[in-house]
Amino acid sequence: MTDLPHSPEQPVPAAKTSRWKTFWRSDIVWSYRRSPVTVVASIVAFLLVSMAVFAPLLAPYNPFNPATLNLMDGFTPPNSNSMGGRYFALGTDSQGRDVLSTIMYGSRVSLFVGAMATLFAMVMGVGLGLVAGYVGGIWDAVIMRVADVQLSFPAILIALLIFGVARGIIPPNQQEGAAIWVLILAIGLANWAQFARAVRGATMVERQKDYVAAARILGVNPFIILLRHVLPNVVGPVLVIGTIGLALAIIEEATLSYLGVGVPPTQPSLGTLIRIGQQFLFSGEWWILLFPAITLVLLALSVNLLGDWLRDALNPKLR
Amino acid sequence: MLAFIARRLLQSVIVMLVVAFIAFLVFRYVGDPLANLLSQDATMADYEEARERLGLNQPFYIQFFHFVVNALQGQFGVSYRLQQPVSQLIFERLPATIELAVASSIIALVFGVFLGVYTALKQRAFSTGVIMTLSLVGVSLPTFLIGIGLIYIFAVELKWLPSFGRGEVIQIGWWRTGLLTQSGLRSLILPAITLSLFQLTLIMRLVRAEMMEVLRTDYIRFARARGLSQRAINFGHALKNTMVPVITITGLQLGSVIAFAIITETVFQWPGVGSLFVNSVAAVDVPVMAAYLVFVALIFVIINLIVDILYFIVDPRLRDGAKSGR
Repeated sequence: MTDLPHSPEQPVPAAKTSRWKTFWRSDIVWSYRRSPVTVVASIVAFLLVSMAVFAPLLAPYNPFNPATLNLMDGFTPPNSNSMGGRYFALGTDSQGRDVLSTIMYGSRVSLFVGAMATLFAMVMGVGLGLVAGYVGGIWDAVIMRVADVQLSFPAILIALLIFGVARGIIPPNQQEGAAIWVLILAIGLANWAQFARAVRGATMVERQKDYVAAARILGVNPFIILLRHVLPNVVGPVLVIGTIGLALAIIEEATLSYLGVGVPPTQPSLGTLIRIGQQFLFSGEWWILLFPAITLVLLALSVNLLGDWLRDALNPKLR
Repeated sequence: MLAFIARRLLQSVIVMLVVAFIAFLVFRYVGDPLANLLSQDATMADYEEARERLGLNQPFYIQFFHFVVNALQGQFGVSYRLQQPVSQLIFERLPATIELAVASSIIALVFGVFLGVYTALKQRAFSTGVIMTLSLVGVSLPTFLIGIGLIYIFAVELKWLPSFGRGEVIQIGWWRTGLLTQSGLRSLILPAITLSLFQLTLIMRLVRAEMMEVLRTDYIRFARARGLSQRAINFGHALKNTMVPVITITGLQLGSVIAFAIITETVFQWPGVGSLFVNSVAAVDVPVMAAYLVFVALIFVIINLIVDILYFIVDPRLRDGAKSGR
C-alpha cells in the first residue's frame, strides 16, 4: 500500500526527479491515465459536485424564494422563454420553479445526505471492525453476528425501519428540522456492516505482524496502536467501500425521498424532484422528471465507476 | 440428521425471538400507544384505567411474553392509521405481493438462465458485449427509475399496458388473485419486469460464470470426444451442473424480492404488503411497522432454514461432518 494518493512518495531514486514527477509516474496515476472511462467519470463527478456545492452562486434563479416565483412561468418547456418573458434552459415545473436551479439545489441535498451518511457508516463500521479484529473474543462474535444478520436484509428495508422508529421518537414539532439528520442516521446505520467486515479482516492480518507486537511490548496504549499503527494499514479497502458506498447512499436517499419518507418537501433532493416530476408524466411535461433523473443516474454511475477503478488500482494482484 | 434439524430450528427460534424483542421495543416505546387509542379529552383516570386494562403497568418481561403469545396467534393490535386489525391488513394484501414476487422470480429465472447460457456459449459475439454492458447499466440504475421508464414507454407513449393498480381481481377463498383476468395479467407485466431486473442480472452473471467454468472441465471434453451433439453437451451436461447454485441464490433472494417489492409497489401503486409498509412508515403507524418487521424476518428465517436442510440432504459431505460432531 505504498501508492495511496496522499501517502509519502516512494523512495526517490535520483535527486533530479521532482515530487510531482514521481507522483505522475506512480502506479495509481498510471492506472488512472490508462482508463479513459475513469477519466470521464471523474470529470463528470467533479462537475456535478462543484455544481451542487456552488449552487447558490451558479443557479440562475433561487427556486425556493416565493418572492421571485411567478405562476405565469409555470410549465415552460426547456430552452424557451416563459409567458412571463424569462428564459429557462431546462424549463420550469408547475409552480414556475426553474428546473435547472432545483436540480442544482437538489443535488446539494442529495450529496450532503449521501456524504454524511457514508461518513457516519465509515466511522462506525471502521471503529467496530477495528475492535472486533483486534480484541477478538466475545466482542468480535457479537459485532460480527449483528453485521451478518443486518447484511442479510436489504439496506433500504433497514433504513426505512430506522427512519420510521426515529420519526416516532422525535416530537412532531421538531420533525421538520430533524428530518435530514434522521435520514443520515438511517442510511448510515444501514450501511456500516460492509466497513466493519472488511476492516475486521484486514485488522486480523495486521495484528499478527511484528510492528504491532513491537508496539505492544513497548507498552503503547491499545487505543493508540489501533489508531496510529493499524488504521493506516487498513485504509485501502475502506476507501474503496467508501466510494462505492457513497453511490449506494445517494441512491438510497433518492429512493427514500421518492417513497415520500425522506427529506422534507421544503428541501427537495433529487429523489423528491423525481417524485414530483412523475405526477406530470401523463400530461406531457416530461422535462420535470427527465432532467433530475439523468442527474441522479450520472451522479451515481460516475461515483460507482470511480469506486470500481479504485478497487482495481489498489489491488496489488491485478497489477 | 434429526439433531441437525433440531439445532437449526433452535437457532431460527432464537433469531425470531430477538426480532420479536426489537419489534416489541418499537411497538411499546415508539410514540404513545394510549394517545392513539383514547380520545383527545380523556382524563388522567381514563389513562390509568386503560393502562390497567391493556396491561401496560405490568413488568417488562410479562408484557414481552404477552406480545410473543399474541404474535404467535397473529395478533399485532390495531393499525393507528386505518383502524383495522394489523393481521387482517397484512393478509388481505399478502396475495398481491406474493403473486408479484413469484411472477418476477419466474421471469428472472427463465431469462437469466437463457441469457447466461447464451453469453457463455458465444463469448466473443457482439450481442454478448451488448447484453453484458446493458446488465451493468441496469444494475446501477435505481429500481424506481426503471419502473418510471417502463411506465413512460409502455403506458404513456405506446399505451399498451396499464401503469398502476392490479386490474380486475377474483376472490378464491381468502386469496384475491389477479392472475385469472386479462386486465389483471396485463397489470402484472410492468411491475413484475421492474422487480425481476435486479435478480435477472444476478442469475445471468452467475449462470455465465458457472457455465464458463464447467465448459473447461474434462468431462465436457470427454463428452465432445464421444461425439455427443452440442445441445446434449451444453444443456444435458453443462447446464445441469450449474443449477445448484442458481436455485440456491434464487431461493435466498426471494426474501430480498419481497423487501424490494416495497419500491416497485409504490411506483405502480400495487396494493401489496410493501406499499402498506411504506405508508405506515410515513404515518408512523407503529403496530403495522412492528408486524411487518416480524413478518419479513419470518420469511427470511424460513427460507434460510429450507435451504440449509436441502443442502444437508443434497450434499453427503455435510452429513458426514455432522456425524463426526461438527
